[in-house]
Amino acid sequence: MTADPKGVLTGIHFLDGDHAACEGALAAGCRFVSGYPITPSTEVVERFAQRIPMVGGVFIQMEDELAASITMLGAVWGGKKVMTVTSGPGLSLMMEHLGLAYITEAPCVFIDVQRGGPSTGLPTLPAQADMMQVKWGSHGDYEIIALCPNSPQECFDLTIKAFNLSEQWRVPVFLMMDEVVGHMTERVVIPEASEIEITERRWTKKAPGDYRPFEACADGVPAMTKAGEGHRIHVTGLTHDERGWPALTPKSQDKLIRRLTNKIRDNADALTDIREEECEGADVIVVSYGITSRVASSAVLQARAQGLKVGHARLVVAWPFPTTRIAYLATQCRAMVVPELNLGQMVHEVSRAVAGSVPVLLVDHAGGTVHEPQVILDRILEAAR
Amino acid sequence: MVSTGIRIGGLGGQGVILSGIILGKAASIFDGRNATLIQAFGPEARGSACSAQVTIADDPVAYPYVQNPDVLVVMSADAYTQFIPTLKPEGLLLYEEELVTPKDLPPGVKAYGIPATRIAEELGRRLVLNIVMVGFFAGVTGVVSLVAAEKALLSSVPKGTESLNLNAFRRGYEHGRSLVAAA
Amino acid sequence: MSESTLNDDLDLSGLPLVDNPVMPYLRQERIPHIWCPGCGIGTTVNCFTRALEEAAKDLDKVAIVSGIGCTGRVAGYLNLDSFHTTHGRAIPFATGLKLANPDLSVVVYSGDGDLFAIGGNHFMHAARRNMDILVVCVNNFTYGMTGGQVAPTTPIGATQTTMPFGNFENPASLPFLADAAGATFVARWTVFHVRQLTRCFKEALGKKGFRFIEIMAPCPTLFLRRNRLGDGVDMVRQYKERSVLRNGADTKEVAVGMEGDIVVGTFVDRERPTWLDAMNSHFSSVLGDRYRTYGG
Ligand SMILES: Cc1ncc(C[n+]2csc(CCOP(=O)(O)OP(=O)(O)O)c2C)c(N)n1
Ligand code: SF4
Ligand SMILES: [Mg+2]
Repeated sequence: MTADPKGVLTGIHFLDGDHAACEGALAAGCRFVSGYPITPSTEVVERFAQRIPMVGGVFIQMEDELAASITMLGAVWGGKKVMTVTSGPGLSLMMEHLGLAYITEAPCVFIDVQRGGPSTGLPTLPAQADMMQVKWGSHGDYEIIALCPNSPQECFDLTIKAFNLSEQWRVPVFLMMDEVVGHMTERVVIPEASEIEITERRWTKKAPGDYRPFEACADGVPAMTKAGEGHRIHVTGLTHDERGWPALTPKSQDKLIRRLTNKIRDNADALTDIREEECEGADVIVVSYGITSRVASSAVLQARAQGLKVGHARLVVAWPFPTTRIAYLATQCRAMVVPELNLGQMVHEVSRAVAGSVPVLLVDHAGGTVHEPQVILDRILEAAR
Repeated sequence: MVSTGIRIGGLGGQGVILSGIILGKAASIFDGRNATLIQAFGPEARGSACSAQVTIADDPVAYPYVQNPDVLVVMSADAYTQFIPTLKPEGLLLYEEELVTPKDLPPGVKAYGIPATRIAEELGRRLVLNIVMVGFFAGVTGVVSLVAAEKALLSSVPKGTESLNLNAFRRGYEHGRSLVAAA
Repeated sequence: MSESTLNDDLDLSGLPLVDNPVMPYLRQERIPHIWCPGCGIGTTVNCFTRALEEAAKDLDKVAIVSGIGCTGRVAGYLNLDSFHTTHGRAIPFATGLKLANPDLSVVVYSGDGDLFAIGGNHFMHAARRNMDILVVCVNNFTYGMTGGQVAPTTPIGATQTTMPFGNFENPASLPFLADAAGATFVARWTVFHVRQLTRCFKEALGKKGFRFIEIMAPCPTLFLRRNRLGDGVDMVRQYKERSVLRNGADTKEVAVGMEGDIVVGTFVDRERPTWLDAMNSHFSSVLGDRYRTYGG
């Protein structure tokens, strides 16, 4: 299935990451956005509000992020491809509905344009400090998919990928942008609609009496319907059985939560997307993601110019964490360096994956700007010793 | 592997960001090179000061900020004072000569001025000051080609203002060419 | 039924709902329900299903959305497309559902705490926008599900677990709030008024815009017992004795307390363009041919 041309602004553009992400959503078939303004994410919804009347769909600015995130979930069951967009404080308010989206297996995309925190923090300046919140911030056990673009072009491409993955796995998917990527303007190539692959919703073919809305297909994912089709579904945030009815026992909890978790955990290797460069036989491998990967690549080039063998592995998919691949890369090098715009988040996942086989050095940063490449370079040199 | 870091500074409402967009578009879309534009979004972007950073390069741009520009373009006295210390030692300064007096210019810096406000007023719209500066930049530096810059300009300005903007651009461009030829 | 003792396997057969003509409207396999004997919520559901029948609604096109609470469980028992969401957020969920599929008739059915404490902000804004949904509030003056804490509706003087010496907070008058926020239809009944309530549901189902019905209902387990107000039957008797019908009453004058009149009737009935109608007509006039009317 390819994209509906109505939403695709084919051409070569000069766009910032926020606008590019909006175009990605439209190209992916998103026709419903509910949002609440917050810097530095607002441009995404501003553009959507401007574009959607002509494309055909709805934008609504809600009264807060709790409303924005659950209005989106209502629209899922009304049959739309949906998205909401936020940053820091708004993300914290959305946590409850991340859980509702997860347990009801509502395909949806959350865009988080990360800014400095905690609390109001640095509204107009970057950070990468929400990486753990999206994975652990809603209560209970859950899994998500999170993608990390490092350019406006990737904001476009990965937003489409986010929608496709959310439809394929029926999980909330996060696009983990940051202020720099969101407000950085670069060339963005939007292909013809016919060249954009779109994953359609997996509609059930079953008739009302036969359909069980939470009965998994072979891949662990149930087929979907929407309200108004005669299926008379019940959708609840309580633990439920295959009919969707509350089933409040340890047994049903075990069955449901394991199935939901395993959809992602069992497919973590297939979901892995790491862009690797000169990692085989490197002395040091830098593991980075998002905007920091661009800063890191300056440092990597400088280190190579000094004669070091330095590999660079960039996580495009941060969650599920690519444990298998990182463990393998650890066998290829003597040390790993992890720069990130926080005081240590994904570095813990890297350490967990390498399980002590090589040293893992963090290059932390409290946020507000990006690293100085020199700081990363120094760490690479230290790791190489 | 040529890479040019540009900082454009001025006041809010002068069209600083649009100047950056036109340069970035010219390089990355019409000259087939790469460009990254960063707008200063800090508290300063809400007040009167405003600035843009553009990196234009043959290869994809890795580090996105321009810390020490090769070229500094200023349209206000404040922007001059704020950014002149960051200019590279052998850097190039382009300034609006009625708004900026380049005091204490570091040695080694080459500086070219243009009466962009007066030119814009002669064309009937003071607002096109920024476009005169874009033309001036293209004329002096050659970092973006004339053809690419004009295409980028035409695709960035409101319908109905094309010829005004093109005239502003060309006046700036010619002024730049003549200063370079004379130097 | 408080959350701590809640058990779906409780044998509550023999309750009023079980042999009832409204059974076809219920998910019969899910009965017995969780509500306590004498609870008023079931009565409101009976009236609602009767109204669905009398209104001859295409049930495939009616969706029901609840928040969390004893009343929040209503969605799960009705044989409709039904959504049991999070505490306080039924209205914004319903907003998304309705806007994504405007063919649906969307009903929000929830408790006073859910709709007016944690969800109060959403109520106000959905009414202001004139979102085309029917909001039904079962007002039992307490947080039933969590065991009888003070609610935004608890009358002054009533004792609640978190107001152990009696409530001193001023309660909200729900019809007044709904009216002030812009609802197009505002009515109040009690579970004594089953015929009137059924008619009111039917009437509201046939209208457009943000419609609000408050239903006063006893929570014998928590509110009545703690305040020594007798059982459910005693309370219904009180409703009968204290209620006065005043259609078109000024909503400023319909507040209820532990004693005194309970004003019932239809207080507001007016027309305003819904959010979707306003969006369509506005975009058509501003964007002309570039805009195609949105219908789902
Ligand atoms: C975010 C959140 N906070 C608190 C709760 C616990 N809780 C469940 S129901 C409820 C109050 C219900 O009161 P009401 O809406 O009046 O419904 P009733 O049970 O009286 O019908 C509360 C506080 C919750 N589920 N979610
Ligand atoms: S509202 Fe009161 S009476 Fe009704 S089920 Fe809940 S606790 Fe029981
Ligand atoms: Mg209540």
